Amino acid sequence: MSAWRAVGPGGLVLAALVLVAAIAPVLAPHDVASFDLFHRLAPPAWDAGGSWAHPFGTDPLGRDVLSRVIYGARTSLAIAGAAMLVAAALGIVLGLLSGYAGSWTDTLIMRVADIQLSFPYLLLAIAVMALLRPSLTNLVVVLVLRSWVVYARLIRVVTLSAREREFVTAARAVGGGAARILFRHIAPNVVGPSIVVSSFQLAELIIVESSLSFLGLGVQPPTPSWGSMVSEGRAYVSNAWWLSAFPGLAIVLTVLGANLTGDALRRALDPRLRGVR
Amino acid sequence: MAQAALALLGVTSVAFLLVSLSGDPAFILLTPEAGEAQRAAFREMYGLDQPLAVQYARYVAHVARGDFGRSFAFERPALTVVLERVPATLELAGAAVALGIVFGVPAGMVAARLEGMWLDRAVMAVVLVGQSVPTFWLGLLMIRVFAVDLHWLPVSGRGSWGQLVMPAVALALWLAALLARITRSEMLESLAQDYVRTARAKGLSERGVTIRHAFGNALLPIVTLIGLQIGTLLGGAVITETVFAWPGLGTLVFDAILRKDYPVVLAVVELVAAGFIAINMALDLLYGYLDPRLRRAGA
Repeated sequence: MSAWRAVGPGGLVLAALVLVAAIAPVLAPHDVASFDLFHRLAPPAWDAGGSWAHPFGTDPLGRDVLSRVIYGARTSLAIAGAAMLVAAALGIVLGLLSGYAGSWTDTLIMRVADIQLSFPYLLLAIAVMALLRPSLTNLVVVLVLRSWVVYARLIRVVTLSAREREFVTAARAVGGGAARILFRHIAPNVVGPSIVVSSFQLAELIIVESSLSFLGLGVQPPTPSWGSMVSEGRAYVSNAWWLSAFPGLAIVLTVLGANLTGDALRRALDPRLRGVR
Repeated sequence: MAQAALALLGVTSVAFLLVSLSGDPAFILLTPEAGEAQRAAFREMYGLDQPLAVQYARYVAHVARGDFGRSFAFERPALTVVLERVPATLELAGAAVALGIVFGVPAGMVAARLEGMWLDRAVMAVVLVGQSVPTFWLGLLMIRVFAVDLHWLPVSGRGSWGQLVMPAVALALWLAALLARITRSEMLESLAQDYVRTARAKGLSERGVTIRHAFGNALLPIVTLIGLQIGTLLGGAVITETVFAWPGLGTLVFDAILRKDYPVVLAVVELVAAGFIAINMALDLLYGYLDPRLRRAGA
């Protein structure tokens, strides 16, 4: 019960979305790729002319919007989730190294992070995706490029302050080696902050992924993704609002869920992290 | 100053490397019917037949003199093409920053003053939604409601004040949300400090305490945040400009990347990086003004 309280309503939303993504084939009423040119641009069920056969309407090729939104959850969560995990692993290790080793290791890692931050990220992402040809792996790589810095900088600061604490001095005094001190005594301190940051990063990565897909540089058709669905609906903004509206709402719901989870976790795990984002 | 130059060189190198790895423009820009002789002539004309190291050295030397080469697509100097688009982006970004500050900072101050009350909760709810709505979708939503349905504003383009409203608001929303959140948490922190208690004990009005003492001390982190967001703002401008067909740097660089118009891409990146560095140097100077303690540190 307390675990549910720790993640709050946002956690419930997020868990529900993960479930939807996992059992997408069961939930989706139609095949995401099957064209039905007799039912092109059908409006949602509650609009005049809509039917419950296609609750969220159909797109210009007659594909079911609801099914594509459901499968889009798979795409978005899998990409953002994978990127978040890789970035967390990379950023935490580099942050620990940077904070514990100090001297030139620290300088090198932090300089790279600074250069990265002084580059307008989306511009970099657009350039890299245009250069590498859009693929799911490349998309994850580009997202990791963004995200590791956030972990590395935060974990470095946590490590720096943990390094000066009594229990570390004590461990060193009794002859603990660097690896033992780092993993046994310092690493446990970074778990809480890392979990909090991960929720916010998930939110951010979903926005970046959908932005890139919107620009045509992320997930490629015919794979359903929320960003590219919004983009496909752009040309129909005046006569078929449902094409962009539903995938957009799905993005908002997911990001909101992740942000709320982050807020709740921060309150539960570490009240000192109030300003961290 | 030396650090700024070094950072610029770093950005130049990364951008150059990325761009040269992305393929041969002689194949992308010339029609498939062009013969090998024409391709060779094209490469020679733009110096693409030289080894990469030579191209790089030549490029850095030219950039240092403000020469970015000629745009493949526009067949004019890349810098001219880019500079023409600067006013549009400055106008949009400036309007967005102004809106973000005007709405975000007071909202955060009010929320902090009324911590835990319904107004604070309402502000924080709006902030949360503001941080969760993707700019491109917000833009489309606004186009549908305010341009298509209500006919209040033009759909896209630039020229009149009406055309500035939607892109500026779309770009400003997340900034306002971010500023409100940071202002609130910084204000809460400084309202809990001893100097605030002292000011209250002296009999200063709540208003004076909030504005002079609490906000005065919260200003530094807020200014820092605005400076850090300039890069994100320019990235956001790419999306917003695309959605609203705003003829600024964002649409220019996006098209240039897709068309492999290297000189234009590199000129934009260089200009943006220089702008980013200049703004952060200006902020460093501003810190000394905002916080007298930093003046003596000899920054």
